Amino acid sequence: MSIPLSWYLILSAALFSIGLFGVLARKNAIAILLGVELMLNAVNVNLVAFWRYLEPAKMAGQVFAIIVFAVAAAEVAVGLALIISVYRRRKTVIADEIDLMKW
Amino acid sequence: MTFWSDPVNFIAAWLRGILAGWGMGAALANILLALSGIIVLVVFALVLDIFLVWVERKVVARFQDRLGPNRIGPFGIFQPFADIIKLIIKEDITPEGADKVVYNIAPVLAATAVILLWAILPLASTIYGVDLNVALLYLVATGALGALAIIMGGWASNNKYALLGAFRMVAIMVSYEVPMVVALLIPAVITGTMSVKGITEFQSGVWIVILSPLAAVIFIISAIAELGRAPFDLNEAESEIVAGFNIEYTGMKFGWFYASELLHSFTFGGFIAVLFFGGYNFFGLEKYPLLGVVIFLAKALFFYWVIMWVKYSMPRIRIDHMLAFSWKFLTPLSLALLIITAVVDKFLAPTNFYMLGMFLTNVVIAWLTIEILRAYGKRQRKAEETPVQPVAEAAHH
Amino acid sequence: MTPVQIIFLLCAALILASALMVVTTRNLIHAALWLVAALFGVAMLYAILDAGFLAVVQVVVYIGAIAILFIFAVMLTRREMRDRGPQLRKDWWLAALLSLLVFAGLAFLLVTQPGVNRSAAVMPEGLDTLGKLGAALVSPDAYVLPFEVASVLLLAALIGAVYVAASKK
Repeated sequence: MSIPLSWYLILSAALFSIGLFGVLARKNAIAILLGVELMLNAVNVNLVAFWRYLEPAKMAGQVFAIIVFAVAAAEVAVGLALIISVYRRRKTVIADEIDLMKW
Repeated sequence: MTFWSDPVNFIAAWLRGILAGWGMGAALANILLALSGIIVLVVFALVLDIFLVWVERKVVARFQDRLGPNRIGPFGIFQPFADIIKLIIKEDITPEGADKVVYNIAPVLAATAVILLWAILPLASTIYGVDLNVALLYLVATGALGALAIIMGGWASNNKYALLGAFRMVAIMVSYEVPMVVALLIPAVITGTMSVKGITEFQSGVWIVILSPLAAVIFIISAIAELGRAPFDLNEAESEIVAGFNIEYTGMKFGWFYASELLHSFTFGGFIAVLFFGGYNFFGLEKYPLLGVVIFLAKALFFYWVIMWVKYSMPRIRIDHMLAFSWKFLTPLSLALLIITAVVDKFLAPTNFYMLGMFLTNVVIAWLTIEILRAYGKRQRKAEETPVQPVAEAAHH
Repeated sequence: MTPVQIIFLLCAALILASALMVVTTRNLIHAALWLVAALFGVAMLYAILDAGFLAVVQVVVYIGAIAILFIFAVMLTRREMRDRGPQLRKDWWLAALLSLLVFAGLAFLLVTQPGVNRSAAVMPEGLDTLGKLGAALVSPDAYVLPFEVASVLLLAALIGAVYVAASKK
């Protein structure tokens, strides 16, 4: 293992920023969820890298990563269900056009 | 270490000596040897695949009271080569409006997903790709890649039948993955390891099919569904959606789908043999690894034949029946079996009644299941027999 | 450059290139497929980090479930004519600027942190990480409560998703 920890952290920061760009710049609600997935994965890379580099004997990092998996799965299931439900009623998945609650 | 007890390492040590004699560094030599090992394994699987085309055609012919290919070579054994030449010289068509890149990647991914499985198959006690400690999950993960390949092919073809076939296939795979994973967990619970090699080694005494026959049955059924073969061949269903997800593929691209389907069936035959029927173990003969390979391949071929037997004797199941069968029958049954197996395993493991207890538990569960099904069937028939009273008349009384 | 470093850099290039395609490509199915590539790269990173279990779970959960769910959702909500236009908002440059700022800030914070260039801790000999992970997930003095709560969350999400997405007659 001759990779410095910083490589993982920089990669994860870059992945997080790309995901953030996707969330902010995309119009389609599904594409926004894709960006959120990228951000969650960036977090997981961090968690696993810290586990391996700092405390491989304690499993905290891996356990957290598994809980992030579960939360990501739940988030996608509910998020996509909401998007499909909105699409049925309003025939759109563009986040800007779903503006009934806007003042 | 002699050639007869550990052929792979014996040859590797010999080659390493030759490479060192040429003045090659140890690290580079190791990488080269690992690469050539991978290539040998993949080539072995693909050559076997050519042979499987002949086996499949010959066996289906016998089931349908025909002779099958019998012109090229003895018993028509060189027929696959003629098939391959035909597929190669066919026109390679990409349909109008197809998503070209995705369309071309899909068959490659389908074949890759199958060949990846060979990495964890223990062919003999010292001949195996890699001894993963998460091998059972790896098996499920490659299944996910296969589903992805099918949905890519179906979507990129720009054809409604292809898309329908892909949707059906993914529906099957997603719903039958659940009982399959739970059935896979039962050997893991019994042996205490998720490594396929560890599970095989455990079975040098007693095969898991004796400890948990129900799990073997559930695994075989869900494996057939994962493969998308009859009676679960809704993805192809010639009479409904022409040819399913691979309808637009011609020539060798179709050939890859076809070859990967056959190899997938054989590989799952191998996994049935490894997980439940002792793998390369056979009354002490496994001490000689080369004999172990022969035993393993024979068992895998037998279960491949069982899969074909089912395929060519069963009619296709309707899709709602098939999904209901998974969610309302196999999933609850496998979950109940897993819980009971875990409890019984915990309490009986130190005692002498372990084997008998496990077997009887499975028999009792099977009996209870059949009783419940019988009662359910009776109720269904009764409901059909009693004429439905017209609503107005019922209100009158 | 050691071989591991080269493999890491290849993985990183795959992840970042695929991630950029996820957020910029117009065709949403392609975006979902690029997401698969990016997540596969992340799985390879886990394998490099000696977390084989997580690598396989990443493939099962993300590629086997989440990516296929995305592809289905895109197909169910596609409008043939209107998907061709630009998929980015008009003020996407603002978002790009903000993301760049976030990345610059994070990177600056990281490189100024002491000990960030450390190499990996030594893996204790014969450490069964898979067994330890399993024990940590179910032992009462470790993480059994978060684990159970996560399973309840998944169940709630499952029921909620079915209820929300089911078409009401």
